[in-house]
Amino acid sequence: MYAATIFLPLLGAILAGVLAFAPAGTREAKHRIDRYAQWASCGGLVLAALLSMLVFKDVVLDSQPRTVELFTWIDSGALEISWALKFDALTAVMVLMVCNVSALIHIYSVGYMAHDTAVPRFMSYLSLFTFFMLMLVTADNLVQLFFGWEGVGLASYLLIGFWYDRPSANAAAIKAFVVNRVGDFGFALGIFVVFVLFQSVNFDVIFATAPAKTAATIRIFGGEFHALTVACLLLFVGAMGKSAQLGLHTWLPDAMEGPTPVSALIHAATMVTAGVFMVARLSPLFELSETALIVVTVVGASTAIFAATVACVQNDIKRVIAYSTCSQLGYMFFACGVSAYAAGIFHLLTHAFFKALLFLGAGSVIHAMSDEQDMRRMGGIWKMVPVTYGLMWIGSLALAGIPPFAGFYSKDIIIEAAYAAASPAGKFAFAMGIAAAFLTAFYSWRLLFMTFHGAPRADEKVMAHVHESPLVMIAPLLGLAAGAAFAGLIAYDAIVGENMAAFWGETLKVLAAHDALAKAHDVPTWVKLAAPAVAGSGIVLACVLYLLAPSWPAALAERYRRLYLFLLNKWYFDELYDRLFVRPALALGRNLWKTGDGTLIDGLGPDGLSRAVLDTARRVAALQTGYLYHYAFAMLIGVVGLITWYVVRQVG
Amino acid sequence: MVDLPILSLLLVLPLVGAGFILFIRGETEIVNTNVRSVALWTSGIEFLFSLFLWFGFDTDSAGFQFTERAEWMPGLDIAYHVGVDGISVLFVLLTTLLTPICVLASWDSIRDRVREYMIAFLVMETMMIGMFAALDLFLFYVFFESVLIPMFLIIGVWGGPKRVYAAFKFFLYTLTGSVLMLVALLAIYIDAGTADIPRLLAHRLPVAWQPWLWLAFFASFAVKVPMWPVHTWLPDAHVEAPTAGSVILAGVLLKFGGYGFLRFSLPMLPAASETFAPLIFALSVIAVIYTSLVALAQEDMKKLIAYSSVAHMGFVTAGTFSFTLQGIEGAIFQMLSHGIVSAALFLIVGVVYDRMHSRDIETYGGLVHRMPAYALTFMIFMLASVGLPGTSGFIGEILVLIGLFQVNAWVAAFTATGVILGAVYMFYLYRRVIFGRLTKEALGRIGDLNAREIAVFAPLIVLVFWMGVYPAPFLKIMHASSANLVRQVDEGRRMANAPGAPAVSLPVLARAQ
Repeated sequence: MYAATIFLPLLGAILAGVLAFAPAGTREAKHRIDRYAQWASCGGLVLAALLSMLVFKDVVLDSQPRTVELFTWIDSGALEISWALKFDALTAVMVLMVCNVSALIHIYSVGYMAHDTAVPRFMSYLSLFTFFMLMLVTADNLVQLFFGWEGVGLASYLLIGFWYDRPSANAAAIKAFVVNRVGDFGFALGIFVVFVLFQSVNFDVIFATAPAKTAATIRIFGGEFHALTVACLLLFVGAMGKSAQLGLHTWLPDAMEGPTPVSALIHAATMVTAGVFMVARLSPLFELSETALIVVTVVGASTAIFAATVACVQNDIKRVIAYSTCSQLGYMFFACGVSAYAAGIFHLLTHAFFKALLFLGAGSVIHAMSDEQDMRRMGGIWKMVPVTYGLMWIGSLALAGIPPFAGFYSKDIIIEAAYAAASPAGKFAFAMGIAAAFLTAFYSWRLLFMTFHGAPRADEKVMAHVHESPLVMIAPLLGLAAGAAFAGLIAYDAIVGENMAAFWGETLKVLAAHDALAKAHDVPTWVKLAAPAVAGSGIVLACVLYLLAPSWPAALAERYRRLYLFLLNKWYFDELYDRLFVRPALALGRNLWKTGDGTLIDGLGPDGLSRAVLDTARRVAALQTGYLYHYAFAMLIGVVGLITWYVVRQVG
Repeated sequence: MVDLPILSLLLVLPLVGAGFILFIRGETEIVNTNVRSVALWTSGIEFLFSLFLWFGFDTDSAGFQFTERAEWMPGLDIAYHVGVDGISVLFVLLTTLLTPICVLASWDSIRDRVREYMIAFLVMETMMIGMFAALDLFLFYVFFESVLIPMFLIIGVWGGPKRVYAAFKFFLYTLTGSVLMLVALLAIYIDAGTADIPRLLAHRLPVAWQPWLWLAFFASFAVKVPMWPVHTWLPDAHVEAPTAGSVILAGVLLKFGGYGFLRFSLPMLPAASETFAPLIFALSVIAVIYTSLVALAQEDMKKLIAYSSVAHMGFVTAGTFSFTLQGIEGAIFQMLSHGIVSAALFLIVGVVYDRMHSRDIETYGGLVHRMPAYALTFMIFMLASVGLPGTSGFIGEILVLIGLFQVNAWVAAFTATGVILGAVYMFYLYRRVIFGRLTKEALGRIGDLNAREIAVFAPLIVLVFWMGVYPAPFLKIMHASSANLVRQVDEGRRMANAPGAPAVSLPVLARAQ
């Protein structure tokens, strides 16, 4: 059962992948092949989703964590790594979420991609992604985690670039893979530090011996540092890449080039949360390094506010949601940073529901608007797509953290924990969290108003086509909406409330001194009310600007033009990286090739040598004049030289 | 174990096949067909025979197995002595695997002098196997050098427009180093009084000699690897060589250098190896970063892959000189993986070259529309090349980096940047060739992989995943010998660094008197 949960999606991916190569001569044949592929992949996923519930029951409700050993992977001296599936509470929760959200999105894709020319390929990639994601969350060692990690990166690359005829999609796909590789570079070095320190990469071994290594130092990069801090920080670089945190976030907005179900599944619900999962998984290590925790907190909080500011001015509906994701991931990270891992995971779960809902809702809108993504060319359609409209409201309410929707519970506990942490980093995170909560509500309602309300700004042809999505797309949305509405209320007590200890078991390690989450329940009332209150005012502001006085936003943008451009251009990260890395690398490569290899190495080496040999030969040939006295003269000089040398040596 | 003189059989069989080909008579077309069949059958049977090595290999033993010995010059202690250990056996198998693939890959693309071409390949197979199996200094030298000749001919006769320049560059580069190696081999022979490699591995060479001998070996091996800055022959050779020539060049010949380091430099000259390790590290790091950047700027597909080869071999040299078990096993594994992956990538280029007669990236674009199976195959090998976990490339890289990291974190970190850069140039190449709209008119009728080509790639794809998902059997074969090698190097370094170690010894003079 355990292995089947993980490998059914792989099977589905392979079947659908084979079907992608099936010859489809006629339209009917193509249709039939598409059908088979959809059945194979959706069937695999639905089965896996059902199994994941059984797994959840066994592992969490009956408290029976276990590890399923498959077979040896790498074995070289002290380095012994097996393929193994580790199921504990954290994994079971993630498996449950991943399988179910993925199953819903698979079904949604049947409708969304119905008219695409490459349905089997799409379904295959989607299932393949799910397999890698499941390998990631069930890993029992760092290297297998890395396998899933890079695997989801590959699937993400394939899906972002799914429409490979578009240059922008190809560019975005490569960007996603390469930026993630930069993060993975840190991740890999982190694995090496862990191996040097523990002589193992296996989680159980590492976690068991970590407390004994708190004083260990490592001599590395020309200095001596606290070993666990170095390990955690390097691993966190990997998490930053995958979870699009400040500095390594640039790929995520571009990743919206992919089909919308992809954005929902990979770039909102699952893959981008892998970094948060990693930090929670490695809590026994992070707990032992104050520095690492502070870095996690500060990076998370900074990302939360940075991305929220950018989201406020974007015009592409998917980009708004993408930056929102980036910002919410920041929340999850600073929750982990103040040792409230359970709160981070809680937000991860609720976020998966409401963000997937928002993306798929946006997908429905895009679908309805004949593939239009620019909100400036939308508006006035809410009566035509009432179900989608209502679902988007639910998603936004949950995202903004309005009670009693799911986001309220998870976001509030994070903000409270940050306050309760009472450290400078915690205070910073608290302040940023509150500010970002305001912006979150603002941009969410800005999106709603711009998309659905006001005068229609699309042309008549598009408006005539606006239609509600078919049932196969709406049904999964209802499932997600149920989660977005009720998941918080239902799970609160178990995950971060009274029954927390029983739920998590031994999974999340928190030092006794790091009691932010425990104290979070006893923070002053104004702290508890702050987040919903600022969210409410954010909604009001959006109301004023986009419903009551629609001319003001443009005026404001004109008035504060520099700020507006700064935000619109996403703080100029892309331009900066282009100048710093992309162009120099290309120029350097060309120069090294032409000058380094061509002029220097070949010029001085083989080509130079052969030229020199030819030159010499030519000169020697020129000396051969054919006149006897020339040779005689040369001989004479030689004889004189020899004698001179001999005499001088004798005397000396 | 098996009583069959399996290694001798492997050495003789290709020559028998080549001899047979010499005597095929008849009309040109019929001759060509028959020649191809004979070459394929010979190399195929050769591969099957070589599987005895895989199944019969005793993984618990660090010593040489399947050994055979016949006196050659008994008075001088020079003999025909062959055998394989955990380091060399897999390279023999790599050779026997790639040769039939090369024959198959040349099926349609070589139309002139088919007879001579196939003979060259079969003879080369014997020499490559001989190089890896030789347990006598002079036997080794003969095989090591003589491989140059068929390769030189393959580039020079069946190559592209600049083939003569490339062939000579290749020949001169590799020969220059070899001369110095011969001197080193002679010096070792004179000191030890034997040419027998197993006995030499137990022999302690004077510490004072070691640096000079090491440098002499280095001159030869570094060119073969190739290491920066003596790598410039490789892109030219690859670009001009026919597809199968590139396959053997990248797949097997580049491994001669790495193998040489493992067989001679490390165990026989441990003190000098330690001394020069920083030099190797520096050159390897430069190779990885420099050639990756250069690869990024390439406009010729084959050149790009050639440069990527240099970068990948940088991992090998760095891992070798980490003197750790992971580093050395990683280096061997990386060589095997690279032998398969880069060979496959050259075949990938060959597929479209056969159709369009152009290697320029510019010529292509949007191939996925006409060649989906090709796109998938290319994708698999691209991923293996960038070391995606689950493919063979990952195992080698991670082992090398873990080994390196224990010795020098800086070197490991700089080497690891190659993983990022590798992704950049490979994905960029893939995008330009495979993705995008199919707008070029000439590509409008290009066909997907045919059955023969699928047969060429299928075994390589299986290996890439097998070695990536379940590399344990491969690593197990290396274990005993690699662990033994690490021990030897450690011992040698300890003795050299011990306080009472003799600074200089002059055995040659002593014998002369």
